[in-house]
Amino acid sequence: MNARARLWGAVAIVLALIWAFPVYWIANSAFQPVKALRSPNPSFLPDFSASGFGRVFDESFVDSLKLSLTVTLLAIVAAVLCGFVAAVAISRFRFRGRRSFIFTVLAIQMIPPEALFISQYKMLNDWGLLNSVVGLGLLYTALILPFTVWILRGFVDGIPIDLEEAAMTDGCSRTRAFFTITFPLLAPGLVASSVYGFLQAWNEYTLAVVVMDPSNRTLPLWLKGLTDVSNEAVDWPAVMAGATLVAAPVIILFMIVQNRMTSGMVGGAVKG
Amino acid sequence: MSSTRLRRKAGPYALLVPAILVLVVGMAYPLGRQLVLSFHEFGRAQQFGQPAPWVGLDNYRELVTDRTMWTVIARSLAFCLVNASITMVVGILVALLMKRVATAPRLILQVSMLLAWAMPVIAAMTAWQWLFDTRYGLVNWSLRKLGFASFDGHNWLIDPLSFFFVASVIIIWMSVPFVAFTAYAALTQVSDETIEASHLDGATAIQRFRHIVYPTIKPVLTIVMLLQLVWDLRVFAQINFLQNVGGTPSETHLLGTYIYSIGIGQNDYGSASAMAMFVLVLTLALTFRYVRSLLKEEPR
Repeated sequence: MNARARLWGAVAIVLALIWAFPVYWIANSAFQPVKALRSPNPSFLPDFSASGFGRVFDESFVDSLKLSLTVTLLAIVAAVLCGFVAAVAISRFRFRGRRSFIFTVLAIQMIPPEALFISQYKMLNDWGLLNSVVGLGLLYTALILPFTVWILRGFVDGIPIDLEEAAMTDGCSRTRAFFTITFPLLAPGLVASSVYGFLQAWNEYTLAVVVMDPSNRTLPLWLKGLTDVSNEAVDWPAVMAGATLVAAPVIILFMIVQNRMTSGMVGGAVKG
Repeated sequence: MSSTRLRRKAGPYALLVPAILVLVVGMAYPLGRQLVLSFHEFGRAQQFGQPAPWVGLDNYRELVTDRTMWTVIARSLAFCLVNASITMVVGILVALLMKRVATAPRLILQVSMLLAWAMPVIAAMTAWQWLFDTRYGLVNWSLRKLGFASFDGHNWLIDPLSFFFVASVIIIWMSVPFVAFTAYAALTQVSDETIEASHLDGATAIQRFRHIVYPTIKPVLTIVMLLQLVWDLRVFAQINFLQNVGGTPSETHLLGTYIYSIGIGQNDYGSASAMAMFVLVLTLALTFRYVRSLLKEEPR
């Protein structure tokens, strides 16, 4: 290896350290006694005998965890069910209005929440669904559905129709052929689209701020609430422990689906 | 297949019903309402049951003549352009670096970028809030250690420019990984033989980039830049978070937070709806050609 290659390697590693540093700083700060984070000099190494995790596991965390899980699961199940049948329709059938539907799905994906949240707020307000699991779940389902349709459609496209047709010549009905032959092969697609839905809904902040009350918070709002006290009163190790708890499942899932993410992203917008 | 198709003409439409229903209730209906609302006066009184008078284009007229609105639009566009451009440049440089180095440093860099990319936005914001903390933040501590005594207890969010600097650092940190990974994927498509040939012909690194690498990755970069622009227009979470931590909301509003403050903050839903329609049209105009190009590959 020549000197130049080594130099670029060093640059890459320095850059890697800079980029990962905020993430390290969360974990490091979570494992510190409160006093250490209020001293004039920071401690760069975690102290595993002290941590904020114990203090952050309180009732409000459990409530928010339950709320986040409920809303997220509701949105994923609804979006994957609706998205799946829609994906089958646009992948397996040719019909009038198909392209318009695809166009609409793609265009909706581009609409920022900021462009709709005022009227979504008013709509839920009129229906008495503000600050409710159903209301937020509905908005999240609509939020993740377009991308769910788009990737599931890719998965359905990937399974050759010949398999189904072969089963049909053997006397299977079209529906039965689909469910016995194609559906089992779609399992990875259903898992992938559920994971995308999870990442979106679990991290969502904007709509949650607009629709939910301060008393009824999803995890991102709960985390934000931990620092909503006077500066001197912030329990930084606990806040960072909270950030670790919110981020850990996301990072693990993200690492698993990352490869598809990069290739699928250019065809759609998953993380804004 | 055609006979099946005839028999089941209604089939595909039935399959689309659930998805369309969700999109209509969650998106199309509020969108329609928003359009209607933007032609009405709808303020606090209407919230308490007064009828909402039809005011035609008044909300839009107000919008166009409102100084603050123009400031917010200009600020948002500037913020969006600056952030998207810096993100693109840094992302492409990181991708070129990934291409250049040996496997081990490349993997380390990729894992590190993935970590930043995967961080949920609010967890990341909390981390940066802590890094830029006035009294105990690591940024102020490091600057002090480097000899800048004035950073003792320096508040990063009070001054609007400094506020946007912090916001940009965070947004660029979060966005570069996507650009880097996508550009890297595109770079692996550049043919090694052409590169080798250019070495033999004595081309400089810059010439190689301009004439061989850039044309290959350009289509991907165009799409990424577009997505980046759209994403940097929707930075409600980051700005709202920083405004809550410190900073003067009236001087740091971008489109999203401004709409929120007018609508939900001041209950002026009519004006807020008109502004939201502007953001909607702007986004759709920006992305229309991209969406059309995606559709081109669709069989009729």
